[in-house]
Amino acid sequence: MRPAGGQSATTDEPLPDRQIALIDLLDRLLSGGVVLTGDVVLSIADIDLVRISLRALIVSISEQNPSPWSALAPSVRDDHDG
Amino acid sequence: MTEVISYAYAVARDDDGSLAEALTGLPGVAEAPVHLVRAGDRGEVVVAVSPVPEQDFQEAALRANLEDLDWLESVARAHHRVIEALAARTTVLPLRLATVYLDDERVRRMVDARQEAFAGRLADLAAHTEWGVKIYVEAPAPTDRPAAPPADEGLSPGRAYLSHRKAQRHAREDAYRDAEEVARRVEAAARGHAVDRVQHRVQQGELAGGPGENVVNDAYLVPLRDAESFRADVTRAAEGLSGVRVEVTGPWAPYSFATPPEAEPQQGAVP
Repeated sequence: MRPAGGQSATTDEPLPDRQIALIDLLDRLLSGGVVLTGDVVLSIADIDLVRISLRALIVSISEQNPSPWSALAPSVRDDHDG
Repeated sequence: MTEVISYAYAVARDDDGSLAEALTGLPGVAEAPVHLVRAGDRGEVVVAVSPVPEQDFQEAALRANLEDLDWLESVARAHHRVIEALAARTTVLPLRLATVYLDDERVRRMVDARQEAFAGRLADLAAHTEWGVKIYVEAPAPTDRPAAPPADEGLSPGRAYLSHRKAQRHAREDAYRDAEEVARRVEAAARGHAVDRVQHRVQQGELAGGPGENVVNDAYLVPLRDAESFRADVTRAAEGLSGVRVEVTGPWAPYSFATPPEAEPQQGAVP
């Protein structure tokens, strides 16, 4: 259940052997990757909904901990968009 | 008897026919062996596939399973294991977690139908890897009680306490201001190397262990030849500023860039 220590995987170990923090992995596996529909019969077409409910589980304390960016620096994240 | 269906991990090109070897003995989801389904005119486009129990991936069961962190972790790690094994040899296009088909034949037909799009994206991603860049603020929490308030001469205990709290608040504000500065430096450093960027939401909650508060959680697509300089330049961004930490993870298979930017609402890209 615990993330694997959150190492910054900057070692030169072979890729498959690295122990990777689950949260970093889920960031990619749940919001990245090619989303396919059409021939997919049993896949969850509305994975975004699943993602949101899953995120609710993982991000359960976020309402008490709003991102400091929205309060202190609303412009920083937008400066370089596009 | 349990029915099995086909779990698809990633699309890749297997020009020299050596990819199957990378999957030998590698357990996939549900510990099942992984094989390649070939498509394309010469069988050069492949999808890594393994059988999974149908009952686990029907919509209602899957919905429940995805909320089960142990199940989710085992599937996520298996998914990642297969993709890493392929990524060590060639460019891969990871598929979204839990992409399943009725059987291998339907996987083959899906790839055949999208061959051109896959080939195009694989070409774009060739010789690139993804790097994660996270910025943490390690400021004193506003509720931290001073262990021993500084015994300032000439201040009453009450004044000393208030002055200490004020200094503490300033330290916290300074830390966030420094984090903004680091974020700017990281972006500037990354712009010199990366060709694309995706911003993930900041990591919070029970899985976000470790010290500090995550305030930036970005993924950059970086050419292989720039990997070392990217990492060095980005890591240097926090130098001289205490209370702010930059963490670089990777190299990752290009999960965050598998779908071309124009197919999705822009999440923010490095020009």
